[in-house]
Amino acid sequence: MNDPVRAMVRSVFPSPLASRFLVLPVDHVDTDQIMPARFLTAVGKDGFGARLFHDWRYDAAGNPRADCVFNRPDAAGAAVLVSGENFGCGSSREHAAWALAQFGFRAVVCPSFADIFRQNALQNDLLPVVVPGDFHHRLVEWTKYDPDAHLTIDLVARTVIAPNGQAVEFPLDSFSQIRLLEGLDEIQFILRHGADIEAFECGRPGCVVQVVNPPDSMTAR
Amino acid sequence: MSAPRTLYRKIWDAHVVVQPPEAPAILYIDRHYVHEVTSPQAFAGLRRRGFGMRRPDRTVATADHSVPTGPLDGPADPQAATQVAALEANCRRYGVTCLGPGHPDQGIVHVIGPELGLTLPGMTVVCGDSHTATHGAFGALAFGIGTSEVEQVLATQCLLQRPSKTCRVDMAGRLQRGVTAKDLVLALVAALGTGGGTGHVLEYAGTAVRALSMEARMTVCNMSIEAGARAGLVAPDDITFQYLCGRPHAPQGKAWEAAVDAWRRLPSDPEAVYDRTVSLDADVVEPMITFGTTPAMGMPITGIISDPDGVGDADIRRGLRKALDYMGLPAGRPLLGHPVNAVFIGSCTNGRLEDFAAAAAVFRGRRVAPGVRALVVPGSRAVKRAAEAAGLDRVFRAAGAEWREPGCSMCLAMNGDRVPPGAWCISTSNRNFEGRQGSGSRTLLAGPPAAAAAAVTGVVTDPRIFLEA
Repeated sequence: MNDPVRAMVRSVFPSPLASRFLVLPVDHVDTDQIMPARFLTAVGKDGFGARLFHDWRYDAAGNPRADCVFNRPDAAGAAVLVSGENFGCGSSREHAAWALAQFGFRAVVCPSFADIFRQNALQNDLLPVVVPGDFHHRLVEWTKYDPDAHLTIDLVARTVIAPNGQAVEFPLDSFSQIRLLEGLDEIQFILRHGADIEAFECGRPGCVVQVVNPPDSMTAR
Repeated sequence: MSAPRTLYRKIWDAHVVVQPPEAPAILYIDRHYVHEVTSPQAFAGLRRRGFGMRRPDRTVATADHSVPTGPLDGPADPQAATQVAALEANCRRYGVTCLGPGHPDQGIVHVIGPELGLTLPGMTVVCGDSHTATHGAFGALAFGIGTSEVEQVLATQCLLQRPSKTCRVDMAGRLQRGVTAKDLVLALVAALGTGGGTGHVLEYAGTAVRALSMEARMTVCNMSIEAGARAGLVAPDDITFQYLCGRPHAPQGKAWEAAVDAWRRLPSDPEAVYDRTVSLDADVVEPMITFGTTPAMGMPITGIISDPDGVGDADIRRGLRKALDYMGLPAGRPLLGHPVNAVFIGSCTNGRLEDFAAAAAVFRGRRVAPGVRALVVPGSRAVKRAAEAAGLDRVFRAAGAEWREPGCSMCLAMNGDRVPPGAWCISTSNRNFEGRQGSGSRTLLAGPPAAAAAAVTGVVTDPRIFLEA
């Protein structure tokens, strides 16, 4: 992992991260709930945080629903969301991950994640933390008695620590771990193997290498 | 002798450019489909960071998600129009073929790719859309990606990937008359659960799959993601080759012969080992319908809606209760006879010629029931032309259904085609999530015959009563 790769650092994941957490005790939360399709006509990445879980947060008249966890006065300060199994299933829309990150979340803690969402989360420095069912259950119960409870996520040690000090390890491949801790840029990483890609293309029928660069005037740096 | 390999492993091995130490593999992508909703931020990222685009010749774009399906000169939502214009501008700038509005090949990305011969066996195929799994019907490794990965492919024609686990789905027997590929896959998703295939690529095998047409195989592979699997695969065979032969972008002449020879070596070796195997007996599959808010909450159309009180697991019980509350459906009762307000026939799951032929067989000589709105939306301009050549449009119109322009339409309701709050829609699409077809909409997923049957009766109906003797 040499310096040119680190040169394009987006952001670096804060580790350890200690934060209050919000609990959304629902299994199979799909990305249509996280970001309804009618908001997907935007061509930029901004403004999705305000629409996070829009149809669960607001009634048909647009008024905030008091019973929704995201509308609690202290919701804005929580950097961790705890939810149910198979979180992020359905559509591949990365807008869901953008919205969670823009709302202020740095990590989502669940018993399991959908494959595409997990990938999208990692691309946006939103850490998907998989925890065992019993540990998850205790976290869900915790906020009922202590809404100010904190948990700690230690990305270096790949552990999550419950408010009572109980720690569990979570699975994360070392490449993703380093990528998050050091802000590694994946495109730069692949392009370091440009010669391999060219050789691969030339070893196959119909070899054409044709990299199209937009005119300089269109390349805003 | 090399170790026996699965179809998945053969495609994977053939596309690993390099395996950097302690990193995912760099996997080469043969075909990249692009659409208007998940690409503008990726193109913008390229420009912002000063990257070029590696292979516009391997990339094909279309506009499908947000395009209006009303009359061609009708009004479009301004923000959706801006998004389509951004796609067209990006394609011009980078030299990407754009089959956008007005193009004779325009349509839903997962319908047009196969019909143009752009998806071929043994390829790696990606698109910023989870239903990219559809293309696995050709024995191509095809999966959905997010916008950051779209940007990665635009810049490098590669993705950082780790191999998936494999799951063989053995579908023995044969579908009964009046039962469709949609019913087969809804039965599978109900059995596996909405997260049951997570981390796996599903390979559909067995006599029931071999007997399916290419269009039917696409319907099955399309919904792999509804069981959590990013990709589904069917080994290519003579039915595949027959479908592809002569398609505009399929190889021709000597190159065709060579390609078919290579494709015949793709199917999994007999001794290949899968991480997991599941079985489904196609003989006993009945027309299916969903009653809940995940595609796995499905049952035979003659069945009884699950009662949460009879469920032991507290989490599942709570999820089922929440779903039935949203759907406004009674636990423990049949769904047959329940009123529907809207009918949608179309989407990347069921928007092909065979689907419209099956629906038309029910509509022919009948009328859409009073108070029901029925939308019939072809998956592409080519499907629309073929259906009109067969006179199907006249059948739909005579019945009082709307025959519209191609697009994703009411599947995800981002183009203005939407179900009103609280209304029940029987839909041939792929997702019944809360609000999927418009805020407050209630979706019942089914196959084209069941959707058409509900359109003409106004209530959930077993489509087999309309089978010609």
